[in-house]
Amino acid sequence: MLETHDLRKVYPTGDEALTSISTTIEGKEFVAMIGPSGAGKSTFVRCINRLTEPTSGTVELDGTDLTALSSAELRDARRNIGMIFQEYNLVERLTVMENVLSGRLGYVSNWAAFRRKFPQEDIELAYEILELVGLGGMENKRVDELSGGQRQRVGIARAVVQNPKILLADEPTSSLDPETSHDVMELLTDIATDHDIPVLINIHEVDLAVGYADRLLGLHDGELVFDGTPEELTDDTHGVIYRGEELTTTEAKRAIPAGGRR
Amino acid sequence: MVAETEQPRSTWHRPTTFYDHRVKWGIYVALAAFLAWSLWGILAGVGLSRFTEGLGYGVTLLQTMYPPRTEAGDLVRLGDRLLESVAMAMVATAIGVTISIPVAFGAAQNLVSRPIYLLSRAIISISRAIDGLIVAIIAVMAFGFGPLAGIIAISFKTVGFFSKLLSEDVEDINMGSIESVESTGASRFQTLVYGVVPQIVPRFVGLTVYRWDINIRASAIIGIVGAGGIGQLLMTAYSRYEFDYVASILLGIILVVLLAEYVSAVVRRRVQ
Repeated sequence: MLETHDLRKVYPTGDEALTSISTTIEGKEFVAMIGPSGAGKSTFVRCINRLTEPTSGTVELDGTDLTALSSAELRDARRNIGMIFQEYNLVERLTVMENVLSGRLGYVSNWAAFRRKFPQEDIELAYEILELVGLGGMENKRVDELSGGQRQRVGIARAVVQNPKILLADEPTSSLDPETSHDVMELLTDIATDHDIPVLINIHEVDLAVGYADRLLGLHDGELVFDGTPEELTDDTHGVIYRGEELTTTEAKRAIPAGGRR
Repeated sequence: MVAETEQPRSTWHRPTTFYDHRVKWGIYVALAAFLAWSLWGILAGVGLSRFTEGLGYGVTLLQTMYPPRTEAGDLVRLGDRLLESVAMAMVATAIGVTISIPVAFGAAQNLVSRPIYLLSRAIISISRAIDGLIVAIIAVMAFGFGPLAGIIAISFKTVGFFSKLLSEDVEDINMGSIESVESTGASRFQTLVYGVVPQIVPRFVGLTVYRWDINIRASAIIGIVGAGGIGQLLMTAYSRYEFDYVASILLGIILVVLLAEYVSAVVRRRVQ
């Protein structure tokens, strides 16, 4: 279970990217965070594993406050958080297998990492997951030989091989064509169900979010302005998220829980 | 034309990097004047007659060089000293590159803290600021004549060159890959060997071979101040007016340098 309390981020430039975000994500929920560019979606996701350091507030994963951890403790905690990136962020010159196994680095010694020597269980798991993401037999290909869709599958495999307690995805479909985007979204929903872990993804394609997510979070200008199911996303609430309009209908008001707005 | 905010719409001038067109022409005129003054200073003291006279001496020198000496004993000495130069270049490249690795990482702004960055940059600047021959003279004074001084001088110069270029490549790596490796809970060292090293290996190999080829040339010349190798033999032959032997030595150097350049080009094409 992931819980954020009053999570706030102010960049050194003075930009307040997140005002005060409190939310809970649990079970095998597939949660999509939507909102216009610059609303703070990426910042929110990156504050969870502290790739971006939050200014204040807390992030709790299964009861551990991640914001209070030392850098060594944070490394251990990060093993439980899988992350998928918009630009895949693979090591291009390494093979598919090496990239997938990098998800197990937190469990092996420096020397083993240097020699690319991973435990047998890790290798078996990696093969299994490559099969799952549809890259069976590709383990020895170098990543720079792959297509965008295949690369993102490697990125997903790397996150899943961590056996994480939560999966984060920062705009995983933005660099992909529409059809591949659907495949990736489907894969992510399958993983949430099969591995029984929540998935939090930020995405700017509302159609994809509505089509695949169990729950939507709407962010506007660093504020959480919507929290509800895809069915509850009406034209009015859409306007609130994307244009910062005030709510007009009572129906839309109901869609926003009491704690959702400040 | 910065002052004129409201220009007539009918004319347009490309903005200049010199702030103003008058400043631009001023700089051009100043540069031309300096060049003219320098030329005048040199030519006034030399004169055309000295130049033509010099050409004559040059031709005589070339004539005494031909034919190059080919006696077996001299050629063996030449071969030995050439081999010494190549060996010096090899050892100096190995030592210099090894020292460069930590310096290069230290000089990459995206990986280290400010004090380490500044220290590494200082090492690079010192190595680059002093010319190889001057380093060699100091090394000869400290360690005596012979290849040891040459190896030290060339290694010293290698560090500045290699660390600077490699650190620029380290600064250009894709930080997204580093971030994703970190996000799995990898340690700093693991991030380095998994995220950074694979991205710079091809450049590292290419730069090593390139520097090796430069070092071959340096080791051929560095002997003229007594730091070992073929240069020392060249200097001796020259001071004894054995110009036919000088010619053989120069041909030997050219052959080795061309060979090294060829090898370096082939290797670099294959890895990059």
